[in-house]
Amino acid sequence: MSASYPFGFLDEYAKKEVRRSALKAVAIPGYQVPYSSREMPMGRGFGTGGLQLTLSLLGKGETLKVIDQGSDDSVNAVNLRSFIEMTCEGIHTTTRTDEADFIQSRHRIPEKPLREDQLIVLQVPYPDPLVIVEPSEDKRKMLHGEGDYSRLLVKLYEDIVKFDEITISHRYPTRINGHYVIDPSPIPRWDVPKLHQSPALILLGAGREKKIYAVPPYTNAEPLAFDDVPFRTEDFIDKTGQRRACNRCGCTSSFLDEFVDSNTGEKVYQCSDADWCDEQRSTEKSESIDLEEREVANG
Amino acid sequence: MDKILEVENLSKVYGHGCPSCFELTGPDYDTNICPNCGSVVAAHNVSFELFKGEILGIMGESGSGKSTAVKCLNFDQKPSTGRAIFYDENQQHDLFSLNSAQQRKLANHRFGMVYQNPNLGLNFDISAGGNIAERLLMSGVKNYTGIRCRAKDLLSRTEVLTERMDELPKNFSGGMQQRVQIAKALATNPPLLFLDEVTTGLDLSVQAAILDLIMEIQQEMNTAMIVVTHDLGVIRLLAGRTLVMKYGRVIESGLTDQILEDPQHAYTQRLVASAL
Repeated sequence: MSASYPFGFLDEYAKKEVRRSALKAVAIPGYQVPYSSREMPMGRGFGTGGLQLTLSLLGKGETLKVIDQGSDDSVNAVNLRSFIEMTCEGIHTTTRTDEADFIQSRHRIPEKPLREDQLIVLQVPYPDPLVIVEPSEDKRKMLHGEGDYSRLLVKLYEDIVKFDEITISHRYPTRINGHYVIDPSPIPRWDVPKLHQSPALILLGAGREKKIYAVPPYTNAEPLAFDDVPFRTEDFIDKTGQRRACNRCGCTSSFLDEFVDSNTGEKVYQCSDADWCDEQRSTEKSESIDLEEREVANG
Repeated sequence: MDKILEVENLSKVYGHGCPSCFELTGPDYDTNICPNCGSVVAAHNVSFELFKGEILGIMGESGSGKSTAVKCLNFDQKPSTGRAIFYDENQQHDLFSLNSAQQRKLANHRFGMVYQNPNLGLNFDISAGGNIAERLLMSGVKNYTGIRCRAKDLLSRTEVLTERMDELPKNFSGGMQQRVQIAKALATNPPLLFLDEVTTGLDLSVQAAILDLIMEIQQEMNTAMIVVTHDLGVIRLLAGRTLVMKYGRVIESGLTDQILEDPQHAYTQRLVASAL
């Protein structure tokens, strides 16, 4: 595939603007910086916000990983990856988290802890957490400015009253650096603690809503909660009180996807992060090979 | 007695305004619309003082500017000119020179407002308890059990069945909604409460119960209140002192008994005569 496009598809001015907005976002942690989201050759809502950040920031020789719901092989991830490969000549792609310099993701942060030299871009559908409690953007801006998030807490209060627990499963409102509350894109609660003091820079881009915001490295990120009803992540405990394990690799410390086996009709659990799952399987295999070799040697 | 609020020359004009707005309107001209520029002079030169634990009545026909004055003090509207000083525990706040964040903070912590229409004071999409929680959360309380207890206390204090605290206020009767609104206004124990036509539109027995509640609260907590109403009965029952307003001007003020027994201004005389 060839480069009749400029490197990164966008023209230099467009990329410059995105980079400036990203810098501002890093300078004001959690603040939603408006930018002039360009038309991309795909519908808004398909990750154009994340894509524009990636295209503007990615450089020749860097290695990119694209994830959709933890998987490198789903349609969205494959198409975004091949689009970026087509328009950014000289970049490499990978599915391995630790080989990537640059990760664009939808709905998940990899299980493997990210490093200082890595950067993750999250695709965001709705950047403003206050949108569920205040329809007017003018008023939302005032609430953000004053750091008044009491209405979100009322939402949590109502949840506890009705269901005895906070029922927000993803897009959990999270306070960055003690002021702005962000919508951390549809990552599950499981991934929210990974925002806190993350060594890697986390950038969030909303193409349709034209906003960029950031969680800079080593910044506090506290999910909203009450003093006596703390935030908690998914526990994956089954009826017998056991932590469910991945059906494929046996891992009991990862975020699991639930789906129904089409042959047996039973519920099956599997690691959501495909690369993590593969890695667990390969280490397991190499351990068992080690064991066999030792047995052979001993025998 | 300790002063809690001092209002000086509060004015509110809707429209562009012109130099002759104040000269050509008022009770003497029988209008509050400036004939020169068409602006509405909702209130002009309203001044009064309020002391701790006192109830001040503001009386007048609709459009006389009584609600406007109170809405300005509660920061719901911006006054055109004027000054108001709120005395709070050795502190003085010049209300209209605060920025909007400070104003909202003060209103959340130290003021309570009860509107005629519960729609304005309550969020009908969240439960009665949630409405009270909202005010507590705004003032920085972050403990779920604490909030539940406080909401329960307030609702039982205002005689709302606590079993119904998790219901939506839209399922409540008008009187109940008004009680929830009062409970919400009292959530932070404010020293100053604004009541804007709180009994208007309720039936007589419910009116009486709400008025009883207001008097009890005043006695128990020594809350200062400004009661806006066009109902002489409410004024007679609650207010120690009263302002009478017409076309945005205060035309008479003084002790309530005096005003009702011996009204000086022709309008007040007509008003009292028509009601009795």
